[in-house]
Amino acid sequence: MDKRKLIDTTVISITGLMALSIIVIILIIMIVIIIGGKNYLTWEFLTSSPQEGMTKGGIFPALYGTVLLVIIMSIAAVPFGTITAIYLSEYANPKSRIAKTIRFAVRTLSGVPAIIFGLFGLGFFIKFIGAGLDNSLYSGELKWGQPNILWASLTMSLLTLPVVIVSVEEAIRTVPIDMREASLALGATKWQTIRKVVIPGSLTGIMTGTILAVSRGAGEIAPILFTGAAYYLAHLPTSLSDQFMNLGYHIYIMSTQSANVDETLPIQFATTLILLVLTFSLNLLAILLRSRIRNKSVK
Amino acid sequence: MKEIKISSESLTLYYGNKLALSNITLNIFKNKVTALIGPSGCGKSTFLRTLNRMNDLIPNVKITGNVFIDGINIYDNQIDVVNLRKKIGMVFQKSNPFAKSIYENVAYGPKINGIRDKKKLDEIVENALKQSAIWDEVKDRLNDSALGLSGGQQQRLCIARALAVNPEIILMDEPASALDPISTAKIEELIFQLKDSYTIVIVTHNMQQAARVSDYTAFFYLGELIEYGKTKKIFTNPDKKQTEDYITGRFG
Repeated sequence: MDKRKLIDTTVISITGLMALSIIVIILIIMIVIIIGGKNYLTWEFLTSSPQEGMTKGGIFPALYGTVLLVIIMSIAAVPFGTITAIYLSEYANPKSRIAKTIRFAVRTLSGVPAIIFGLFGLGFFIKFIGAGLDNSLYSGELKWGQPNILWASLTMSLLTLPVVIVSVEEAIRTVPIDMREASLALGATKWQTIRKVVIPGSLTGIMTGTILAVSRGAGEIAPILFTGAAYYLAHLPTSLSDQFMNLGYHIYIMSTQSANVDETLPIQFATTLILLVLTFSLNLLAILLRSRIRNKSVK
Repeated sequence: MKEIKISSESLTLYYGNKLALSNITLNIFKNKVTALIGPSGCGKSTFLRTLNRMNDLIPNVKITGNVFIDGINIYDNQIDVVNLRKKIGMVFQKSNPFAKSIYENVAYGPKINGIRDKKKLDEIVENALKQSAIWDEVKDRLNDSALGLSGGQQQRLCIARALAVNPEIILMDEPASALDPISTAKIEELIFQLKDSYTIVIVTHNMQQAARVSDYTAFFYLGELIEYGKTKKIFTNPDKKQTEDYITGRFG
Protein backbone atom coordinates (compact mmCIF):
# COMPACT_ATOMS: atom_id res chain seq x y z
CA MET A 1 0.00 0.00 0.00
CA ASP A 2 1.00 3.57 -0.60
CA LYS A 3 2.96 4.86 2.36
CA ARG A 4 1.02 8.08 2.69
CA LYS A 5 -2.26 6.21 2.72
CA LEU A 6 -0.89 3.90 5.39
CA ILE A 7 -0.01 6.85 7.60
CA ASP A 8 -3.44 8.30 7.05
CA THR A 9 -5.18 5.09 8.03
CA THR A 10 -2.95 4.70 11.06
CA VAL A 11 -3.70 8.23 12.28
CA ILE A 12 -7.43 7.72 11.85
CA SER A 13 -7.27 4.45 13.78
CA ILE A 14 -5.21 5.86 16.64
CA THR A 15 -7.30 8.98 17.13
CA GLY A 16 -10.50 6.98 16.79
CA LEU A 17 -9.34 4.37 19.29
CA MET A 18 -8.32 7.02 21.80
CA ALA A 19 -11.69 8.71 21.50
CA LEU A 20 -13.45 5.39 21.78
CA SER A 21 -11.52 4.47 24.90
CA ILE A 22 -13.32 7.31 26.73
CA ILE A 23 -16.60 5.49 26.21
CA VAL A 24 -15.00 2.19 27.19
CA ILE A 25 -13.64 3.68 30.41
CA ILE A 26 -16.98 5.12 31.45
CA LEU A 27 -18.70 1.83 30.55
CA ILE A 28 -16.23 -0.20 32.61
CA ILE A 29 -16.70 2.10 35.59
CA MET A 30 -20.47 1.87 35.34
CA ILE A 31 -20.54 -1.90 34.80
CA VAL A 32 -18.18 -2.65 37.67
CA ILE A 33 -20.16 -0.44 40.01
CA ILE A 34 -23.52 -1.79 38.93
CA ILE A 35 -22.43 -5.44 39.16
CA GLY A 36 -20.75 -4.88 42.50
CA GLY A 37 -23.58 -2.95 44.09
CA LYS A 38 -26.80 -4.16 42.53
CA ASN A 39 -27.45 -6.98 44.98
CA TYR A 40 -27.21 -4.63 47.86
CA LEU A 41 -29.56 -2.03 46.50
CA THR A 42 -32.83 -2.35 48.34
CA TRP A 43 -35.30 0.08 49.79
CA GLU A 44 -34.02 -0.89 53.18
CA PHE A 45 -30.48 0.02 52.18
CA LEU A 46 -31.62 3.54 51.46
CA THR A 47 -33.67 3.91 54.61
CA SER A 48 -31.61 2.30 57.38
CA SER A 49 -28.44 3.18 59.28
CA PRO A 50 -25.05 1.51 58.99
CA GLN A 51 -24.68 -1.41 61.37
CA GLU A 52 -21.93 -3.62 62.80
CA GLY A 53 -19.02 -1.39 61.97
CA MET A 54 -20.51 -0.45 58.59
CA THR A 55 -20.41 -4.01 57.32
CA LYS A 56 -24.19 -4.22 57.36
CA GLY A 57 -27.18 -1.88 57.19
CA GLY A 58 -27.81 1.07 54.94
CA ILE A 59 -26.77 4.59 54.19
CA PHE A 60 -29.74 6.68 55.25
CA PRO A 61 -27.83 9.11 57.51
CA ALA A 62 -25.29 9.79 54.74
CA LEU A 63 -28.03 10.33 52.18
CA TYR A 64 -29.91 12.59 54.57
CA GLY A 65 -26.77 14.56 55.40
CA THR A 66 -25.89 15.02 51.74
CA VAL A 67 -29.37 16.31 50.89
CA LEU A 68 -29.35 18.66 53.86
CA LEU A 69 -25.88 19.90 52.90
CA VAL A 70 -26.86 20.77 49.35
CA ILE A 71 -30.09 22.44 50.47
CA ILE A 72 -28.34 24.76 52.93
CA MET A 73 -25.57 25.30 50.40
CA SER A 74 -28.10 26.33 47.73
CA ILE A 75 -29.89 28.69 50.10
CA ALA A 76 -26.56 30.49 50.47
CA ALA A 77 -25.07 30.16 46.99
CA VAL A 78 -28.08 30.76 44.71
CA PRO A 79 -29.14 34.23 45.95
CA PHE A 80 -25.52 35.31 46.38
CA GLY A 81 -24.58 34.10 42.90
CA THR A 82 -27.72 35.46 41.25
CA ILE A 83 -27.24 38.89 42.76
CA THR A 84 -23.61 38.94 41.65
CA ALA A 85 -24.61 37.90 38.14
CA ILE A 86 -27.24 40.67 38.03
CA TYR A 87 -24.67 43.24 39.08
CA LEU A 88 -22.18 42.02 36.48
CA SER A 89 -24.58 41.88 33.56
CA GLU A 90 -26.96 44.75 34.35
CA TYR A 91 -25.16 47.38 36.36
CA ALA A 92 -21.41 47.09 35.93
CA ASN A 93 -19.87 48.66 32.88
CA PRO A 94 -18.25 45.60 31.24
CA LYS A 95 -15.08 47.57 30.54
CA SER A 96 -14.72 48.98 34.04
CA ARG A 97 -11.91 47.83 36.27
CA ILE A 98 -14.28 46.64 38.98
CA ALA A 99 -16.23 44.37 36.58
CA LYS A 100 -13.02 42.93 35.18
CA THR A 101 -11.70 42.30 38.68
CA ILE A 102 -14.89 40.53 39.74
CA ARG A 103 -14.84 38.36 36.65
CA PHE A 104 -11.21 37.49 37.26
CA ALA A 105 -12.05 36.61 40.86
CA VAL A 106 -14.90 34.36 39.76
CA ARG A 107 -12.65 32.53 37.29
CA THR A 108 -9.93 32.17 39.90
CA LEU A 109 -12.40 30.90 42.46
CA SER A 110 -13.51 28.16 40.08
CA GLY A 111 -9.88 27.07 39.66
CA VAL A 112 -9.02 26.84 43.35
CA PRO A 113 -8.53 23.20 44.47
CA ALA A 114 -11.39 21.94 46.62
CA ILE A 115 -9.17 21.10 49.57
CA ILE A 116 -8.15 24.76 49.80
CA PHE A 117 -11.81 25.66 50.28
CA GLY A 118 -11.91 23.10 53.09
CA LEU A 119 -8.93 24.71 54.79
CA PHE A 120 -10.39 28.16 54.24
CA GLY A 121 -13.68 27.05 55.79
CA LEU A 122 -11.84 25.69 58.80
CA GLY A 123 -9.85 28.85 59.24
CA PHE A 124 -12.53 31.41 58.41
CA PHE A 125 -15.90 29.96 59.43
CA ILE A 126 -14.86 27.75 62.34
CA LYS A 127 -11.80 29.37 63.85
CA PHE A 128 -12.69 32.98 63.09
CA ILE A 129 -16.47 33.43 62.90
CA GLY A 130 -17.48 30.36 64.95
CA ALA A 131 -14.97 30.91 67.72
CA GLY A 132 -15.77 34.61 67.65
CA LEU A 133 -19.47 33.85 68.16
CA ASP A 134 -18.68 31.49 71.01
CA ASN A 135 -16.51 34.04 72.74
CA SER A 136 -18.97 36.86 72.43
CA LEU A 137 -22.31 35.05 72.87
CA TYR A 138 -21.58 31.85 74.80
CA SER A 139 -18.75 33.12 77.00
CA GLY A 140 -16.25 30.79 75.40
CA GLU A 141 -18.31 27.61 75.56
CA LEU A 142 -17.79 25.51 72.44
CA LYS A 143 -20.88 25.72 70.24
CA TRP A 144 -20.15 27.24 66.83
CA GLY A 145 -16.36 27.06 66.94
CA GLN A 146 -16.32 23.44 65.78
CA PRO A 147 -17.21 21.61 62.57
CA ASN A 148 -20.94 21.52 61.79
CA ILE A 149 -23.34 21.34 58.87
CA LEU A 150 -23.73 25.12 58.60
CA TRP A 151 -20.02 25.78 58.17
CA ALA A 152 -19.67 22.83 55.79
CA SER A 153 -22.58 24.09 53.67
CA LEU A 154 -21.22 27.63 53.55
CA THR A 155 -17.77 26.34 52.60
CA MET A 156 -19.37 24.25 49.86
CA SER A 157 -21.35 27.26 48.66
CA LEU A 158 -18.09 29.14 48.03
CA LEU A 159 -16.96 26.29 45.82
CA THR A 160 -20.18 26.24 43.82
CA LEU A 161 -20.63 30.01 43.60
CA PRO A 162 -18.81 30.39 40.24
CA VAL A 163 -21.09 27.75 38.70
CA VAL A 164 -24.16 29.72 39.75
CA ILE A 165 -22.76 33.07 38.62
CA VAL A 166 -21.79 31.83 35.17
CA SER A 167 -25.10 30.05 34.48
CA VAL A 168 -27.23 32.95 35.66
CA GLU A 169 -25.23 35.47 33.67
CA GLU A 170 -25.56 33.34 30.56
CA ALA A 171 -29.33 33.19 31.05
CA ILE A 172 -29.63 36.93 31.69
CA ARG A 173 -27.87 37.63 28.41
CA THR A 174 -30.56 35.69 26.53
CA VAL A 175 -33.24 38.17 27.66
CA PRO A 176 -33.49 40.36 24.55
CA ILE A 177 -32.73 44.08 24.70
CA ASP A 178 -36.20 44.69 23.14
CA MET A 179 -37.86 43.46 26.32
CA ARG A 180 -35.81 45.75 28.52
CA GLU A 181 -36.51 48.71 26.23
CA ALA A 182 -40.23 47.95 26.20
CA SER A 183 -40.26 47.98 29.97
CA LEU A 184 -38.16 51.13 30.31
CA ALA A 185 -40.23 52.95 27.70
CA LEU A 186 -43.30 52.26 29.82
CA GLY A 187 -41.70 54.24 32.61
CA ALA A 188 -40.32 51.33 34.59
CA THR A 189 -37.19 51.95 36.59
CA LYS A 190 -34.15 49.81 35.97
CA TRP A 191 -34.82 47.76 39.08
CA GLN A 192 -38.47 47.22 38.13
CA THR A 193 -37.29 46.05 34.72
CA ILE A 194 -34.82 43.63 36.27
CA ARG A 195 -37.35 42.31 38.75
CA LYS A 196 -40.29 41.93 36.40
CA VAL A 197 -38.70 41.19 33.05
CA VAL A 198 -35.07 40.12 33.36
CA ILE A 199 -35.29 37.75 36.33
CA PRO A 200 -38.49 35.98 35.17
CA GLY A 201 -36.82 35.61 31.77
CA SER A 202 -33.76 33.98 33.31
CA LEU A 203 -35.53 31.64 35.72
CA THR A 204 -34.51 28.54 33.78
CA GLY A 205 -30.90 29.72 33.95
CA ILE A 206 -31.13 30.28 37.67
CA MET A 207 -32.54 26.76 37.99
CA THR A 208 -29.78 25.32 35.80
CA GLY A 209 -27.17 27.04 37.93
CA THR A 210 -28.76 25.71 41.08
CA ILE A 211 -28.87 22.16 39.79
CA LEU A 212 -25.28 22.23 38.56
CA ALA A 213 -24.17 23.66 41.89
CA VAL A 214 -26.12 20.99 43.76
CA SER A 215 -24.66 18.22 41.63
CA ARG A 216 -21.15 19.56 42.16
CA GLY A 217 -21.75 19.98 45.87
CA ALA A 218 -23.21 16.51 46.26
CA GLY A 219 -20.06 14.91 44.90
CA GLU A 220 -17.29 16.90 46.56
CA ILE A 221 -15.74 15.81 49.84
CA ALA A 222 -12.66 17.96 50.31
CA PRO A 223 -14.48 21.15 51.42
CA ILE A 224 -16.39 19.32 54.15
CA LEU A 225 -13.56 17.15 55.48
CA PHE A 226 -12.56 19.64 58.17
CA THR A 227 -15.74 21.64 58.34
CA GLY A 228 -18.53 19.30 59.37
CA ALA A 229 -18.60 15.78 57.90
CA ALA A 230 -18.60 13.04 60.51
CA TYR A 231 -17.21 9.52 60.40
CA TYR A 232 -20.26 8.02 62.03
CA LEU A 233 -23.20 9.48 63.91
CA ALA A 234 -25.83 7.63 65.87
CA HIS A 235 -28.31 10.46 65.40
CA LEU A 236 -29.37 12.55 62.44
CA PRO A 237 -28.40 16.23 62.61
CA THR A 238 -31.22 18.31 64.08
CA SER A 239 -29.57 21.70 64.34
CA LEU A 240 -27.23 23.80 62.24
CA SER A 241 -24.53 23.26 64.83
CA ASP A 242 -24.65 19.45 64.44
CA GLN A 243 -22.24 17.42 62.39
CA PHE A 244 -23.54 15.20 59.59
CA MET A 245 -22.71 12.18 57.47
CA ASN A 246 -22.17 12.44 53.73
CA LEU A 247 -22.29 9.95 50.84
CA GLY A 248 -18.89 10.74 49.35
CA TYR A 249 -17.21 10.87 52.72
CA HIS A 250 -18.95 7.65 53.72
CA ILE A 251 -17.42 5.87 50.71
CA TYR A 252 -13.99 7.17 51.68
CA ILE A 253 -14.43 6.07 55.29
CA MET A 254 -15.67 2.61 54.35
CA SER A 255 -12.81 2.00 51.96
CA THR A 256 -10.04 3.22 54.24
CA GLN A 257 -11.12 3.32 57.87
CA SER A 258 -13.52 0.42 58.25
CA ALA A 259 -12.58 -2.49 60.53
CA ASN A 260 -13.13 -4.91 57.71
CA VAL A 261 -12.74 -3.27 54.32
CA ASP A 262 -13.49 -6.42 52.31
CA GLU A 263 -16.82 -6.92 53.99
CA THR A 264 -17.91 -3.37 53.27
CA LEU A 265 -17.13 -3.73 49.57
CA PRO A 266 -20.68 -4.35 48.30
CA ILE A 267 -21.92 -1.44 50.42
CA GLN A 268 -19.23 0.75 48.91
CA PHE A 269 -20.33 -0.22 45.42
CA ALA A 270 -23.98 0.39 46.20
CA THR A 271 -23.23 3.76 47.86
CA THR A 272 -21.11 4.81 44.88
CA LEU A 273 -23.94 3.82 42.55
CA ILE A 274 -26.39 5.98 44.50
CA LEU A 275 -24.01 8.94 44.43
CA LEU A 276 -23.43 8.55 40.69
CA VAL A 277 -27.13 8.22 39.90
CA LEU A 278 -27.76 11.33 41.99
CA THR A 279 -25.16 13.52 40.26
CA PHE A 280 -25.80 12.10 36.77
CA SER A 281 -29.50 12.75 36.91
CA LEU A 282 -28.93 16.27 38.22
CA ASN A 283 -26.49 16.96 35.40
CA LEU A 284 -28.91 15.54 32.85
CA LEU A 285 -31.63 17.83 34.15
CA ALA A 286 -29.28 20.80 33.88
CA ILE A 287 -28.35 19.89 30.30
CA LEU A 288 -32.03 19.65 29.34
CA LEU A 289 -32.82 23.02 30.90
CA ARG A 290 -29.82 24.60 29.26
CA SER A 291 -30.76 23.39 25.80
CA ARG A 292 -34.19 24.89 26.38
CA ILE A 293 -32.58 28.27 27.12
CA ARG A 294 -30.38 28.02 24.03
CA ASN A 295 -33.37 27.26 21.81
CA LYS A 296 -35.23 30.19 23.26
CA SER A 297 -32.37 32.60 22.59
CA VAL A 298 -32.03 31.44 18.98
CA LYS A 299 -35.72 32.13 18.38
CA MET B 1 -55.05 76.44 15.93
CA LYS B 2 -51.93 74.30 15.88
CA GLU B 3 -50.34 73.82 19.25
CA ILE B 4 -46.68 72.82 19.59
CA LYS B 5 -46.23 69.66 21.66
CA ILE B 6 -42.59 68.81 21.08
CA SER B 7 -39.85 71.03 19.83
CA SER B 8 -36.20 70.21 19.31
CA GLU B 9 -33.64 72.99 19.22
CA SER B 10 -30.26 72.52 17.53
CA LEU B 11 -30.23 68.88 18.58
CA THR B 12 -26.94 67.20 17.77
CA LEU B 13 -26.05 63.62 18.65
CA TYR B 14 -22.86 61.60 18.38
CA TYR B 15 -22.39 57.86 18.73
CA GLY B 16 -18.78 57.91 19.85
CA ASN B 17 -17.15 59.98 17.11
CA LYS B 18 -19.86 59.38 14.55
CA LEU B 19 -22.24 62.23 13.96
CA ALA B 20 -25.77 60.81 13.86
CA LEU B 21 -27.91 63.94 14.16
CA SER B 22 -26.77 67.35 13.11
CA ASN B 23 -28.43 70.48 14.43
CA ILE B 24 -32.05 69.35 14.21
CA THR B 25 -34.63 72.04 14.89
CA LEU B 26 -38.20 70.91 14.48
CA ASN B 27 -41.66 71.57 15.97
CA ILE B 28 -44.10 68.71 16.33
CA PHE B 29 -47.77 69.61 16.70
CA LYS B 30 -50.28 68.36 19.20
CA ASN B 31 -52.79 65.71 18.08
CA LYS B 32 -51.18 65.39 14.69
CA VAL B 33 -49.32 62.52 13.10
CA THR B 34 -45.78 63.43 12.15
CA ALA B 35 -43.88 61.02 9.90
CA LEU B 36 -40.08 60.83 9.88
CA ILE B 37 -38.82 59.49 6.58
CA GLY B 38 -35.45 58.98 4.95
CA PRO B 39 -33.06 56.23 3.87
CA SER B 40 -31.54 53.78 6.38
CA GLY B 41 -29.00 55.39 8.68
CA CYS B 42 -30.33 58.90 8.11
CA GLY B 43 -30.99 59.45 11.82
CA LYS B 44 -34.79 59.27 11.87
CA SER B 45 -34.93 56.45 14.45
CA THR B 46 -32.19 58.11 16.47
CA PHE B 47 -34.21 61.33 16.50
CA LEU B 48 -37.32 59.44 17.61
CA ARG B 49 -35.39 57.87 20.47
CA THR B 50 -34.13 61.23 21.70
CA LEU B 51 -37.74 62.24 22.36
CA ASN B 52 -38.12 59.79 25.29
CA ARG B 53 -34.40 59.67 26.03
CA MET B 54 -34.05 56.01 25.06
CA ASN B 55 -30.60 56.87 23.69
CA ASP B 56 -29.52 57.31 27.29
CA LEU B 57 -29.25 53.52 27.44
CA ILE B 58 -26.57 53.36 24.76
CA PRO B 59 -23.03 53.92 25.98
CA ASN B 60 -20.91 56.71 24.42
CA VAL B 61 -23.81 58.81 23.20
CA LYS B 62 -23.16 62.55 23.31
CA ILE B 63 -26.10 64.92 22.95
CA THR B 64 -26.14 68.71 22.69
CA GLY B 65 -29.09 70.99 22.07
CA ASN B 66 -32.50 70.75 23.69
CA VAL B 67 -35.83 69.03 23.34
CA PHE B 68 -38.88 70.69 24.87
CA ILE B 69 -42.08 68.83 25.59
CA ASP B 70 -44.92 71.13 26.68
CA GLY B 71 -42.26 73.78 27.07
CA ILE B 72 -40.16 71.75 29.50
CA ASN B 73 -36.60 70.87 28.55
CA ILE B 74 -36.34 67.09 28.85
CA TYR B 75 -32.55 67.23 28.75
CA ASP B 76 -32.47 69.38 31.87
CA ASN B 77 -30.59 67.74 34.75
CA GLN B 78 -33.65 68.04 36.99
CA ILE B 79 -35.80 65.88 34.73
CA ASP B 80 -36.78 62.44 36.05
CA VAL B 81 -36.41 60.23 32.99
CA VAL B 82 -38.69 57.56 34.44
CA ASN B 83 -41.53 60.06 34.82
CA LEU B 84 -40.85 61.47 31.39
CA ARG B 85 -41.22 58.05 29.80
CA LYS B 86 -44.57 57.56 31.48
CA LYS B 87 -45.89 60.45 29.43
CA ILE B 88 -44.58 58.97 26.20
CA GLY B 89 -45.62 55.60 24.82
CA MET B 90 -43.31 53.79 22.43
CA VAL B 91 -43.98 51.10 19.86
CA PHE B 92 -40.96 49.31 18.45
CA GLN B 93 -40.10 47.97 15.03
CA LYS B 94 -40.14 44.36 16.14
CA SER B 95 -43.18 43.58 18.26
CA ASN B 96 -41.83 42.83 21.70
CA PRO B 97 -44.55 41.61 24.05
CA PHE B 98 -43.31 40.27 27.37
CA ALA B 99 -43.40 36.51 27.89
CA LYS B 100 -46.50 37.02 30.01
CA SER B 101 -50.23 36.73 29.45
CA ILE B 102 -52.07 39.19 27.22
CA TYR B 103 -53.63 40.74 30.30
CA GLU B 104 -50.33 41.05 32.16
CA ASN B 105 -48.68 42.70 29.16
CA VAL B 106 -51.22 45.52 29.13
CA ALA B 107 -51.40 45.74 32.92
CA TYR B 108 -47.60 45.98 33.19
CA GLY B 109 -47.40 49.77 32.88
CA PRO B 110 -50.29 50.57 35.25
CA LYS B 111 -48.93 48.06 37.77
CA ILE B 112 -45.45 49.58 37.88
CA ASN B 113 -47.18 52.90 38.41
CA GLY B 114 -48.68 51.49 41.55
CA ILE B 115 -52.23 50.65 40.47
CA ARG B 116 -53.23 47.56 42.45
CA ASP B 117 -57.01 47.67 42.36
CA LYS B 118 -58.12 44.70 40.26
CA LYS B 119 -61.28 46.39 39.01
CA LYS B 120 -59.38 49.49 37.95
CA LEU B 121 -56.78 47.35 36.17
CA ASP B 122 -59.46 45.34 34.37
CA GLU B 123 -60.98 48.57 33.16
CA ILE B 124 -57.64 49.98 31.95
CA VAL B 125 -56.75 46.76 30.15
CA GLU B 126 -60.13 46.55 28.44
CA ASN B 127 -60.02 50.18 27.33
CA ALA B 128 -56.48 49.94 26.02
CA LEU B 129 -57.26 46.77 24.09
CA LYS B 130 -60.42 48.33 22.65
CA GLN B 131 -58.54 51.48 21.64
CA SER B 132 -55.99 49.41 19.80
CA ALA B 133 -58.69 47.43 18.01
CA ILE B 134 -57.68 44.05 19.32
CA TRP B 135 -60.22 43.55 22.13
CA ASP B 136 -62.62 41.41 20.10
CA GLU B 137 -59.82 39.08 19.06
CA VAL B 138 -58.42 38.48 22.54
CA LYS B 139 -61.21 39.13 25.03
CA ASP B 140 -61.83 35.40 25.57
CA ARG B 141 -58.19 34.52 26.12
CA LEU B 142 -56.73 37.32 28.17
CA ASN B 143 -54.80 34.86 30.29
CA ASP B 144 -53.14 33.12 27.35
CA SER B 145 -49.52 33.91 26.56
CA ALA B 146 -49.04 36.97 24.38
CA LEU B 147 -46.41 35.03 22.43
CA GLY B 148 -49.18 32.91 20.92
CA LEU B 149 -50.60 35.86 19.01
CA SER B 150 -49.83 36.56 15.36
CA GLY B 151 -47.27 39.23 14.48
CA GLY B 152 -49.92 41.83 13.68
CA GLN B 153 -51.85 41.07 16.85
CA GLN B 154 -48.65 41.27 18.89
CA GLN B 155 -47.94 44.72 17.48
CA ARG B 156 -51.44 45.95 18.32
CA LEU B 157 -51.01 44.46 21.78
CA CYS B 158 -47.79 46.47 22.12
CA ILE B 159 -49.77 49.58 21.18
CA ALA B 160 -52.36 48.69 23.81
CA ARG B 161 -49.56 48.24 26.32
CA ALA B 162 -48.25 51.70 25.51
CA LEU B 163 -51.74 53.25 25.72
CA ALA B 164 -52.40 51.67 29.13
CA VAL B 165 -50.08 54.13 30.88
CA ASN B 166 -52.19 56.95 29.47
CA PRO B 167 -49.43 58.76 27.57
CA GLU B 168 -49.78 62.04 25.72
CA ILE B 169 -47.33 61.19 22.98
CA ILE B 170 -46.86 57.93 21.09
CA LEU B 171 -43.57 57.22 19.33
CA MET B 172 -43.65 54.53 16.68
CA ASP B 173 -40.47 53.12 15.20
CA GLU B 174 -41.46 51.47 11.90
CA PRO B 175 -44.37 49.74 13.61
CA ALA B 176 -45.57 47.93 10.50
CA SER B 177 -42.32 47.09 8.75
CA ALA B 178 -42.44 43.43 9.77
CA LEU B 179 -46.16 42.96 9.10
CA ASP B 180 -48.24 41.67 6.20
CA PRO B 181 -50.42 44.15 4.22
CA ILE B 182 -53.63 43.36 6.11
CA SER B 183 -52.02 43.83 9.52
CA THR B 184 -50.35 46.97 8.22
CA ALA B 185 -53.71 48.37 7.12
CA LYS B 186 -55.09 47.69 10.60
CA ILE B 187 -52.22 49.52 12.24
CA GLU B 188 -52.63 52.49 9.91
CA GLU B 189 -56.34 52.67 10.60
CA LEU B 190 -55.51 52.58 14.28
CA ILE B 191 -53.06 55.48 13.96
CA PHE B 192 -55.79 57.44 12.27
CA GLN B 193 -58.17 56.88 15.18
CA LEU B 194 -55.56 57.55 17.84
CA LYS B 195 -54.49 60.96 16.64
CA ASP B 196 -57.59 62.61 18.09
CA SER B 197 -56.29 61.90 21.57
CA TYR B 198 -52.54 61.57 21.11
CA THR B 199 -49.61 63.25 19.45
CA ILE B 200 -48.03 60.62 17.24
CA VAL B 201 -44.54 60.53 15.78
CA ILE B 202 -43.91 57.66 13.40
CA VAL B 203 -40.73 56.54 11.68
CA THR B 204 -41.40 54.75 8.45
CA HIS B 205 -39.56 53.37 5.45
CA ASN B 206 -42.74 53.15 3.52
CA MET B 207 -43.44 56.33 1.59
CA GLN B 208 -47.07 55.50 0.84
CA GLN B 209 -47.59 54.86 4.51
CA ALA B 210 -46.20 58.26 5.43
CA ALA B 211 -48.43 59.85 2.79
CA ARG B 212 -51.49 57.96 4.02
CA VAL B 213 -51.26 58.37 7.77
CA SER B 214 -49.39 61.57 8.51
CA ASP B 215 -50.27 65.24 8.66
CA TYR B 216 -46.65 66.41 8.69
CA THR B 217 -43.56 64.83 7.24
CA ALA B 218 -39.90 65.38 8.05
CA PHE B 219 -37.30 64.14 5.60
CA PHE B 220 -33.93 63.22 7.10
CA TYR B 221 -30.79 62.55 5.17
CA LEU B 222 -27.31 61.78 6.57
CA GLY B 223 -28.25 63.07 10.01
CA GLU B 224 -29.70 66.31 8.77
CA LEU B 225 -33.25 67.51 8.54
CA ILE B 226 -33.59 68.33 4.86
CA GLU B 227 -37.20 69.38 4.71
CA TYR B 228 -40.18 69.53 7.02
CA GLY B 229 -43.74 70.53 6.30
CA LYS B 230 -47.29 69.43 5.65
CA THR B 231 -47.33 65.94 4.24
CA LYS B 232 -49.41 67.02 1.26
CA LYS B 233 -46.84 69.64 0.36
CA ILE B 234 -43.82 67.38 0.88
CA PHE B 235 -45.29 64.70 -1.34
CA THR B 236 -46.66 66.90 -4.09
CA ASN B 237 -44.47 69.94 -4.23
CA PRO B 238 -41.31 69.65 -2.13
CA ASP B 239 -38.97 72.62 -1.95
CA LYS B 240 -35.75 70.65 -2.07
CA LYS B 241 -34.50 68.54 -4.92
CA GLN B 242 -33.19 65.85 -2.51
CA THR B 243 -36.66 65.40 -1.05
CA GLU B 244 -38.20 65.06 -4.46
CA ASP B 245 -35.56 62.54 -5.52
CA TYR B 246 -36.18 60.45 -2.43
CA ILE B 247 -39.95 60.37 -2.52
CA THR B 248 -40.03 59.63 -6.22
CA GLY B 249 -37.69 56.72 -5.58
CA ARG B 250 -34.65 58.00 -7.40
CA PHE B 251 -32.45 57.08 -4.42
CA GLY B 252 -32.71 55.65 -0.94
